Amino acid sequence: MWDYVKLIALGAVAVLAAIAASYARDLAYQVNAIEIMIAAGIAFLWVLRHTGPKVAPSKLEYMDDVVRAGVIATMGWGVVGFLMGVTIASQQAWPWLNPDWSMGILNFGRLRTVHTSAVIFAFGGNALIMCAFYIVQRTCAVRLWGGNLAWFVFWGWNLVIVLAASSYILGATQAHEYAEPEWYIDILLTIVWVAYLVVFMGTLLTRKEPHIYVANWFILGMILTTAMLHLGNNLTVPVSIFGSKSVSLFSGVQDGMTQWWYGHNAVGFFLTAGFLGIMYYIVPKQAQRPVYSYKLSIVHFWALIFMYIWAGPHHLHYTALPDWTTTLGMTFSVMLWMPSWGGMINGLMTLSGAWDKLRTDPILRMMALAIGFYGMSTFEGPMMAVRSVNALSHFTDWTVGHVHSGALGWNGMITFGALYYITPMVFNKVGIYSVKLVAWHFWLATIGIVLYISAMWVSGIMEGLMWREVDANGFLVNAFADTVAAKHPLLVTRMVGGLFYLTGGVIMAYNLWKTVTTAPSRATAGSVVPAE
Amino acid sequence: MAFLDKHAIIEKNAILLMVLSLLVVSIGGLVQIVPQFYLDNTIEKVDGMRPYTPLELAGKDIFIREGCMNCHSQMVRPLRDEVERYGHYSLAAESMYDHPYLWGSKRTGPDLARVGGRYSDAWHVDHMTNPQSVVPESIMPKYSFLSKVVIDGRYIQEEMATNRFVGVPYTDEMMAAGLEDFKAQADPDADTEALLVRYPKAQVRNFDGQPQLTEMDALISYLQMLGTLVDFSTFTPDASR
Repeated sequence: MWDYVKLIALGAVAVLAAIAASYARDLAYQVNAIEIMIAAGIAFLWVLRHTGPKVAPSKLEYMDDVVRAGVIATMGWGVVGFLMGVTIASQQAWPWLNPDWSMGILNFGRLRTVHTSAVIFAFGGNALIMCAFYIVQRTCAVRLWGGNLAWFVFWGWNLVIVLAASSYILGATQAHEYAEPEWYIDILLTIVWVAYLVVFMGTLLTRKEPHIYVANWFILGMILTTAMLHLGNNLTVPVSIFGSKSVSLFSGVQDGMTQWWYGHNAVGFFLTAGFLGIMYYIVPKQAQRPVYSYKLSIVHFWALIFMYIWAGPHHLHYTALPDWTTTLGMTFSVMLWMPSWGGMINGLMTLSGAWDKLRTDPILRMMALAIGFYGMSTFEGPMMAVRSVNALSHFTDWTVGHVHSGALGWNGMITFGALYYITPMVFNKVGIYSVKLVAWHFWLATIGIVLYISAMWVSGIMEGLMWREVDANGFLVNAFADTVAAKHPLLVTRMVGGLFYLTGGVIMAYNLWKTVTTAPSRATAGSVVPAE
Repeated sequence: MAFLDKHAIIEKNAILLMVLSLLVVSIGGLVQIVPQFYLDNTIEKVDGMRPYTPLELAGKDIFIREGCMNCHSQMVRPLRDEVERYGHYSLAAESMYDHPYLWGSKRTGPDLARVGGRYSDAWHVDHMTNPQSVVPESIMPKYSFLSKVVIDGRYIQEEMATNRFVGVPYTDEMMAAGLEDFKAQADPDADTEALLVRYPKAQVRNFDGQPQLTEMDALISYLQMLGTLVDFSTFTPDASR
């Protein structure tokens, strides 16, 4: 019976998508409609071929197939996202790499969004979904709740990413940074995200452990807040149901405030709270030491999620946003330094008694470096949120460097650590194929990050100073074009740094592939074990 | 600390954890966002702001489509060098009809909040076609294709209606004349007297020099209007804002 409901629903989606494609007003919408039609068609055929009585999977086994798919998706999207980064970094260094014949499709203005979404939502999002599914099962000692709903989350999320990327290059965007997908993709994303929450909460509610482990607090906080932010910042009215264009409900000041309430907390929750959840599971496991302080985890969890939400207006210092709002944003940003470092201390001090492993275990070293970068970025962030520092740093490459010390250093490195830890677990292997290649990845990525962020510091501070430089008579010294010319060597250095990071990512992909295909298997499959 | 031991109550109850987390993360946004809609001095009262003409609106759409806001801000800060370089600092009122706002967050290229009237139309055509031909240091991509894409304003009235729905004060008269105004603004032979009454300070001429109406016309009409509307003689800064 349930199969027939699914078949009817999928068939209806495919037909409606076909109708939408034929009435489409713009290419982005048309291509998206065709993609949805194909996806619904494939799902229809899959359900059709699997109708009939089903063998219920054993409740004594973890649902790891969806985690395996997540591992592959995270790894693949990571390499794609880094490649897009190197591409647009090259376009900034050498503008002739923007091909005029592509009618804008391959220009920086459109590819920049593909890069940010690929790394944040495709690489980071798949990592979060995959790790959440892995961690919540182990720490609750039950199989994922909701059966194939977890698969819906996985495929739905990746469909959203494909739709978003293809719509960007064809010119559809809401122009809200990190919330660029147009209205219909936002609706699909909402459905997928609610399903994610349902799977996660369902698993928590059916857990066999009395306590909910700290990693799950952070992941739950991330899921809830991301849902709230997504709904708040995507309030738009479509011009037509057959077109991608929509008009945002708010304008000017209110829209800017809402955007940075969203934008900063996409960083604060999606890229911080969620990844702290990952850290709280994999660092103790890899170091084989308990979390340093339970009390610190309580205090910094509640302080972090309360304060982060207030920090958004620091993106709008000296703009037309009222001063009282930016003062509040600045104050909370500086206070946020403390709960952020609470997380860093708790992660790093978990290595107490296991520091010697940093010499021999490059995976643990990667995690420790990630926590180090987390601490550094969460110091740099509050500093840049101070109004007088922001007057110099805002609009410059310094901001780009800051974001990347967090993204490459913290999110990237902790995700690599998680991939190196989880891959052998879910593919039932004794360990990673080559520890030596992990060490290569570690050093290439680290050198890449250092090149990247130091180039952006120099470039950002230089252009900030050049913009404001006045001569003895009070006239501006530099034309804007002078600052662009002065940045060239630094933009090249940034691209080289990115290339190092990409190379590390490719080596990781090779290493994980060889782990899955050639590393020796463990004796027993992963059955339910008590939470650790 | 016995107080922290009570946390066990929350961490044994998933629903409680969910509800409390949601409460805690709601507060900051409510305090910072909601008053922006109610406080009287959020948006200054100044003369001159009007909705975009249909052609300017189409130009703004092209600006968004090409991702121009990824590299160009539209927000002059009240700092000495910026006011010197770009002109009077931006007012909240100047973006009150921007759905979405386009202040930007990065200046890979210069700010555009007051670019209107700063360069000639011909400069813009040359610059868009090949930026390096007029600014050798520029790293901007070429947008020569904009001159080749002919536009007819087929859906512009619907977009104006959607803007009106979210609060942009397009009048019935503006709505009715939407398509007519769209075509007239860049047509040197059209009668634009009524258009100029509906949209004061609108710039009426053939922007790209070609007989047909193209995306280049729309984009330049938008750029040439940016930052030119407010009558600053009517503006008094509010110290307590």
